[in-house]
Amino acid sequence: MDKIQQTLLEQIADIHSVPEGAYNIRANGTLAGRNTTANIDIVTKEDKPGIDIVVRPGTRNESVHIPVVLSESGLKDMVYNDFYIGADADVTIVAGCGIHNCGVDTSEHDGIHTFYLEKNAKVRYIEKHYGEGEGTGKRILNPTTIIHVGEGAYLEMVTVQIKGVDSTIRNTEGDIAAGATLVVKEKIMTHGTQYAETNFSVDMNGDGSSASVSSRSVAKDSSVQCFRSVINGNAACSGHTECDAIIMDQAKVTAKPELTANHIDASLIHEAAIGKIAGEQLIKLMTLGLTEQEAEEQIINGFLK
Amino acid sequence: MLELRNISYQVEDCRQDILKNINITIEERFVAITGPNGGGKSTLAKMIAGIVAPTAGQILLDGEDITGCSITERANKGIGYAFQQPVRFKGITVRDLITLASGKQIGITEACNYLAEVGLCAKDYINREVNDSLSGGELKRIEIAMTIARGAKFTIFDEPEAGIDLWSFNNLIQVFEDMHQKINGSILIISHQERILNIADKIIVVSDGEITKTGTRDEILPGLLNTTGAACRTLMDKLV
Repeated sequence: MDKIQQTLLEQIADIHSVPEGAYNIRANGTLAGRNTTANIDIVTKEDKPGIDIVVRPGTRNESVHIPVVLSESGLKDMVYNDFYIGADADVTIVAGCGIHNCGVDTSEHDGIHTFYLEKNAKVRYIEKHYGEGEGTGKRILNPTTIIHVGEGAYLEMVTVQIKGVDSTIRNTEGDIAAGATLVVKEKIMTHGTQYAETNFSVDMNGDGSSASVSSRSVAKDSSVQCFRSVINGNAACSGHTECDAIIMDQAKVTAKPELTANHIDASLIHEAAIGKIAGEQLIKLMTLGLTEQEAEEQIINGFLK
Repeated sequence: MLELRNISYQVEDCRQDILKNINITIEERFVAITGPNGGGKSTLAKMIAGIVAPTAGQILLDGEDITGCSITERANKGIGYAFQQPVRFKGITVRDLITLASGKQIGITEACNYLAEVGLCAKDYINREVNDSLSGGELKRIEIAMTIARGAKFTIFDEPEAGIDLWSFNNLIQVFEDMHQKINGSILIISHQERILNIADKIIVVSDGEITKTGTRDEILPGLLNTTGAACRTLMDKLV
């Protein structure tokens, strides 16, 4: 691994050396390192690019890191990663992609991640996206996440894209069985002429299932963001979706919620707020001695924290 | 010392002047401004902090003309300002605000001490977000804790008692009594509360954009209380 790739790894996965536990590092489209444990197996797919991550039932307090780094300009990478999480397992999965593009060609990584959570499994899934590089080539990331949450299972997905990604279309689909929970928290900041589109679609199919999808975003300069959130309540369930965006400069933000209750005991809520930084927030911090710019930074950092 | 010279303030859509030729010198440790609602008191406070610019007149801090200074510059020259309606932030914690207010990296113990001074149990609050989950009274106390952490040489409080419940009010008075003892500089407090006015070294009455009375509490307070209706006086007695 070279210096650039190491920096990318630090940004997306907080990895400074070899991670603990199971891991699979993909660099410029090829395998750069892998480790499996007694409970977590990682197998290369034979029919298409990608891996299967198999977590044995009952595995507790283990983690899997599967970062992807691209430092070659013009590379288009596409992977299919499937996660099989056994019953009663409790694991943390850290994914993410970092692109360094110093050339003129577009670098793109499209990851299709599918989760199968068996009964009472618990997963915390963290996905960070980051781009850098002084080249004029675009940095594009299009992640698709498909989540099947089995009975009584729980999946929390935290996605963060703070810097340097020119274009992203993120699709997340989920179906949730009885007593199961899906929590999605998204944080996005766009600047320049970047484009970020988020499409959530969640079906709550079992009684007692619940879903919470929240997005916090900051759109600067002339960037454009679009947040779509579809929640279908097909049983006695509760769903909540929230979009909270700060808009700056000439940016544009769209929020399109769509709630459908197909069951009398489905309870669904949507909240959306888009607006510029409140003037009184800036003034308050300026009365503490911060300049307007410093105040703005504090407000955005706090908002996306 | 803060000096306001011939301060006036008009807005285009309003026929009446909001402030008319105000002249005040504040060198005492604890000065209270009181008067009816809509009389221009909060506008005056905002003007000192730099949030509102006067249409005429000068503001001097320790002899230096700060009329043209920005909010940030005034803050750095030693003006502190506790809002009447504290601001809520998403994601910013009580600790973040107290640290920003102190202007330096402070340890958790020091941050907690400021909260303890305003009667908040530090461990319950230090990592809370300053958002809608806090009540008006809790926000008010955090606002005061921030002001203590700032330790500015000239601090303005705009109706610190507003939104504070009766039970907390006694503690609040204690906070101001302590501050009166410790302050190295001046406190300007806008208040309607007799118990706050009662600890002031000087009271200024502002009404209809003008100063109608200035004097020590012994000179001003009796007159103010006599103008209060009997029913209100009974209520005031119950409050104190």
